[in-house]
Amino acid sequence: MRSLLPIVLILISAGLNAAVSDVVEFSDPSYSERYHTLITQLRCPKCQNQNLADSDAPISRDLRLQVQRLLEEGLSNEEIRQYLADRYSAFILYQPEVNSTTYMLWSSPLLVLFVGLFVVMRLTKGASVRDRLDTPVVDQKRLKSLLDNGDSQG
Amino acid sequence: MGRLTLFLPVVFFIGLTIILLFGLDKNPTDLPSALVGEPFPEFDLFYLKSEQDKVDRSELLGEATLVNVWATWCYACRIEHAMLNQLSEQGVRVVGLNYKDKRQDALQWLQQRGDPYEFSVFDVDGLLGIDLGVYGAPETFLLDAEGVIHHRRVGVIDERVWAAEFAQVYQQLRADK
Repeated sequence: MRSLLPIVLILISAGLNAAVSDVVEFSDPSYSERYHTLITQLRCPKCQNQNLADSDAPISRDLRLQVQRLLEEGLSNEEIRQYLADRYSAFILYQPEVNSTTYMLWSSPLLVLFVGLFVVMRLTKGASVRDRLDTPVVDQKRLKSLLDNGDSQG
Repeated sequence: MGRLTLFLPVVFFIGLTIILLFGLDKNPTDLPSALVGEPFPEFDLFYLKSEQDKVDRSELLGEATLVNVWATWCYACRIEHAMLNQLSEQGVRVVGLNYKDKRQDALQWLQQRGDPYEFSVFDVDGLLGIDLGVYGAPETFLLDAEGVIHHRRVGVIDERVWAAEFAQVYQQLRADK
């Protein structure tokens, strides 16, 4: 158990190092906030499911630099996202636009919600019917005779 | 009816399993290419072999061409290089895009391993790489005579990949011309 401790500590420290924090200077301070929004919403094309902000891959560094350049050139957030999607495909967008290939993705939460609602309604309806049937109608005589029969047989 | 609805979860489970099984077959590192069917982007860079002479997109036109993105730091490029030499010997026009590399290292590499490229473009900042959506060397683009991209391969080209992905399209482009 004790031998695990250094390994655990190394893993934890590796996790801490993974967050990439480079200081980026902008001519206009408002760019800085947009820059951070953008790089957290864009996906590193090389790594599986890391955004540009978290990834230390060389391609992510290049793309962060490119986002910075495009901001300085005065492009809007939407234009920058489009610029990268034109080159790296919609894969790079964490929020792809709704179109013929992504409608399944976008509609699935609603679909699951409706299926869930349907199931819940069916279950509660069934339960209330059962409640009404079960409680009042207990034929005491029949019950008693059944129990007696059971006794005599057993 | 009541009995049958009991089987719905099983049907749902089997359906989901089938969908997910298909998903297992896919390679998650394969990105859909945004550039197939698009013209090769414009660029204005230096030749690898000259610090003074510039090269642009027009140099790629004229016949079906492979544009191969390579670098000396790219391990898989070593594996691929022999195949590129072979293709070049067979008469396939190959142009190199030396990507984020050191000029000296790149020139030395070509001297040692042979030079399959008609010429190499020197993209030291990787900006043409960004325009091409490059995310991992080696990558190879197949262009027609007008510079439109017909196929893109991320990763090594070997005999099998050439036969499966490139040969037919390439012959077609040659024939069209």
